[in-house]
Amino acid sequence: MAIDMSTAKQQVVDFCNSKSKTKFYFNDFLKVFPDEKARDVKKVLTALVQEEVLEFWSSGSTTMYGLKGAGKQAHSEGED
Amino acid sequence: MAKHKTPLLDQLESGPWPSFVSDIKQEAEHRHANPDGIEYQIPVDVCDDLLGLLEMSYEDGETHWKHGGIVGVFGYGGGVIGRYCDQPQKFPGVAHFHTVRVAQPAGKYYSTEYLRKLMDLWDFRGSGLTNMHGATGDLVWLGTTTPQLEEIFWTLTHDLNTDLGGSGSNLRTPASCLGQSRCEYACYDTQSLNYAMTLEYQDELHRPAFPYKFKFKFDGCPNGCVASIARSDFSVIGTWKDDIKIDHDAVMGYVKGEFAPNAGAHSGRDWGKFDIEKEVVALCPTGCMSWDGSKLSIDNKECYRCMHCINTMPRALHIGDERGASIFVGAKAPILDGAQMGSLLVPFVPVEDPYDEVKEVVENLWDWWMEEGKNRERIGETIRRMSFQKMLEVTGIKADPRHVQEPRTNPYIFWKEEDVTGGWERDINEFRKRHQR
Repeated sequence: MAIDMSTAKQQVVDFCNSKSKTKFYFNDFLKVFPDEKARDVKKVLTALVQEEVLEFWSSGSTTMYGLKGAGKQAHSEGED
Repeated sequence: MAKHKTPLLDQLESGPWPSFVSDIKQEAEHRHANPDGIEYQIPVDVCDDLLGLLEMSYEDGETHWKHGGIVGVFGYGGGVIGRYCDQPQKFPGVAHFHTVRVAQPAGKYYSTEYLRKLMDLWDFRGSGLTNMHGATGDLVWLGTTTPQLEEIFWTLTHDLNTDLGGSGSNLRTPASCLGQSRCEYACYDTQSLNYAMTLEYQDELHRPAFPYKFKFKFDGCPNGCVASIARSDFSVIGTWKDDIKIDHDAVMGYVKGEFAPNAGAHSGRDWGKFDIEKEVVALCPTGCMSWDGSKLSIDNKECYRCMHCINTMPRALHIGDERGASIFVGAKAPILDGAQMGSLLVPFVPVEDPYDEVKEVVENLWDWWMEEGKNRERIGETIRRMSFQKMLEVTGIKADPRHVQEPRTNPYIFWKEEDVTGGWERDINEFRKRHQR
């Protein structure tokens, strides 16, 4: 990956905060890093999940990423 | 005495088939009786409330489930599917009713001891209800609560040496037929490839980064016992390059009635004397077989591996010796577009450990699909949208007549510069030597 991990992580968080929606497809993050390989972008997202900054949301068939606790989902599931 | 009255569900039990309603009632009674003294970690009346909720859905003609959510085990993006009831006061036993996918072993071999341990865990921390197995292939546990998930995961991985399966936009749990462990038709070791691919692509299985789901399935021969050509994005089907092996004495044995055709599989009824012309030669879809009354011949280059003759006379006919597999890509159920079967991508690949040839094809496909695939688009839909030719380019596979489904109907040919000798550039002076202005 051309940019360093900590900068990339911050870009992901900034991107999530800049949008009104709270759940994002993986492809949305590829647009944040147009010059990077998808697998490298995945490493950034995985690191953020491990640090509990991001969390997965799954419908069962599709999975999305979001900032931990963001949106209505956490409250409605009694998870906050 | 049932907790909820369920007349509509009760009616379902009156049909000729075994009923899931009866199964759930049986488990409800068992949980209340609790003969093994289990300290249930989720409500004892989970099965009663499941029946009550279902009855209510039948009365209302709409679901009372809320599907999906953030629940899961730490670090995994799949394996657990959140499910919540929208009437938790009426049916507290199913306020949370999450699904857990348990990775099935290759070929679905279980010991009874292992199955008992699985069920001990699920009776303790879940509803006791299972789906053996889900369409993807996993063993599916139906119904537990959020606090149980990490506990289940710890015991499953540490004590039972088993992982969660895939769900969401993940690689799904790979599935294979039982292959060479029991089957003489298997052209490669399906279980070994299944296991190797599962280990190699752990990250893809647990941390979703695809546009949508992706399924591997491995069939050892074209009989397709896991139906990989219809059910998987990446289907590996065993085949052979050389000739079907014929034991002429055994062929004659079938003709004389010494051996039961189909290994006796259809012996429940008298089908009359075996007729090799009618039951084998005439049913060959390519007409590549002939029988002169004493000898069976096969024009092997015309055979397209339907397996009918081999299935009918397994003692006499056998798969060839130069074995490997064909790879098909893009099968799917009708979600966006209609259902489609896999398209042949690699006509023949040797399938040998460490399976680098197979992995190379997979990774090229993924790199392309991850970049170009739209959200919720299966790779088969990406191929249709962007063309089969594009897929050949990204996988570096040369076009082959076997890729062609039907003759072209478009008379125009669009050449690429690299396909034309000399490219688009020309030396105008050289040109003018041959052509006046």
